[in-house]
Amino acid sequence: MSVPLTLLGLLEREPSHGYDLKRDYDTWFGRDKPLPYGQVYATLSRLARDGKAIAGPTEPGEGPDRRRYAITEAGTSDVERWLSEPTPPEPHLQTVLFAKVVLTLMLGRPPDRYLDTQRAAHLQRMRELTALKERGDLMDTLLADHGLYHLEADLRWIDHTAARLDMLAQAVRQ
Amino acid sequence: MATEPATIIEARAVVKSFGQTPALRGASIDVRPGEIVAVMGPSGSGKSTLLHCLAGILVPDEGEVWFAGQRLDTLRETQRSELRRDRFGFVFQSGQLVPELTAEENVALPLLLGGTRRAAALREARAWFDRLGLGGLGNRRSGELSGGQAQRVALARGMVTGPQVLFADEPTGSLDSVSGELVMSLMTRTAREQSTTVILVTHDARVAAYADREVIVRDGTVSSLTGAVPSSGTAQ
Repeated sequence: MSVPLTLLGLLEREPSHGYDLKRDYDTWFGRDKPLPYGQVYATLSRLARDGKAIAGPTEPGEGPDRRRYAITEAGTSDVERWLSEPTPPEPHLQTVLFAKVVLTLMLGRPPDRYLDTQRAAHLQRMRELTALKERGDLMDTLLADHGLYHLEADLRWIDHTAARLDMLAQAVRQ
Repeated sequence: MATEPATIIEARAVVKSFGQTPALRGASIDVRPGEIVAVMGPSGSGKSTLLHCLAGILVPDEGEVWFAGQRLDTLRETQRSELRRDRFGFVFQSGQLVPELTAEENVALPLLLGGTRRAAALREARAWFDRLGLGGLGNRRSGELSGGQAQRVALARGMVTGPQVLFADEPTGSLDSVSGELVMSLMTRTAREQSTTVILVTHDARVAAYADREVIVRDGTVSSLTGAVPSSGTAQ
């Protein structure tokens, strides 16, 4: 799960204070695992240091959350690249797939192309694992099957999500 | 000197409706000799209709189907039927075997219908039994075979004439996962050995993973997932 890229994606939607970013992240992506404040601020500092985000002026008030962060052009390019490229297909990437679909919708981009690109990458990986089964021994087959079943589950999720895009788009824009 | 054609079979902007229902709305695909192509898509997308048009079982309302450099869709039904018998092979989801015949006779049937003498046809059928691990089952009838065995017999029957193109429509749809895997492994292995082109309709990604590439049928047209032209990519 790429926390920096996900936070950048949320910043691209609108400049935010760390508190608001954490709240949005937790709402959409952190249901089982809310993001600690410390991690939010550390990530924002690093993004600012690397030129992907820029911290606004210190605002009056108490506590650490007194700067509003905005995304830079470099940050926008990073998000664009991340959202248009497929994630290397392997088991347990459900959270990343989900984050990409939600952010794509939030930022008003068409998700269909991304979903198709991801489907193609998954099918290519499934072809490789199937070829491995054809030439490997029983252990290779068992391991390959584990990967194949997970990839198939991802593809089913992608199909199901594709069927719900309109509903999801509405929910995300509220 | 004859050169190998770039495309063995193709559909060009095929339109096909059933009554008011459009199944294909300008579907195009071209397949290179020896390729194994998976045709995927949701249920109702038109993928089986595309297979039937490519195989000359259905005639499109518009568009063209070409096989080995010749128009297929404008042939008379008797000519298309001959082509299907002599140069194409078929594996469907189930129900293909003639229940009154033995497994061996089922496999020999396309050869017999094509004029091969009985002894030679049965000899060829038996060779396929050995190749597909069906030894000893030749005299059984379809009701006495397991689902996986019956599909392997169907595969043998599909391949026995040495077809140029094998059309498979959800060939493992009725099978458990292990039998399904065996059928797909045998199908693709023998197709590659015989340089048979395979057009495989499936909604199942694990089945499609046995092919060289996939195309997707959606709303009656064909596309490739990466946005590239859904052809074998050879120059026209």
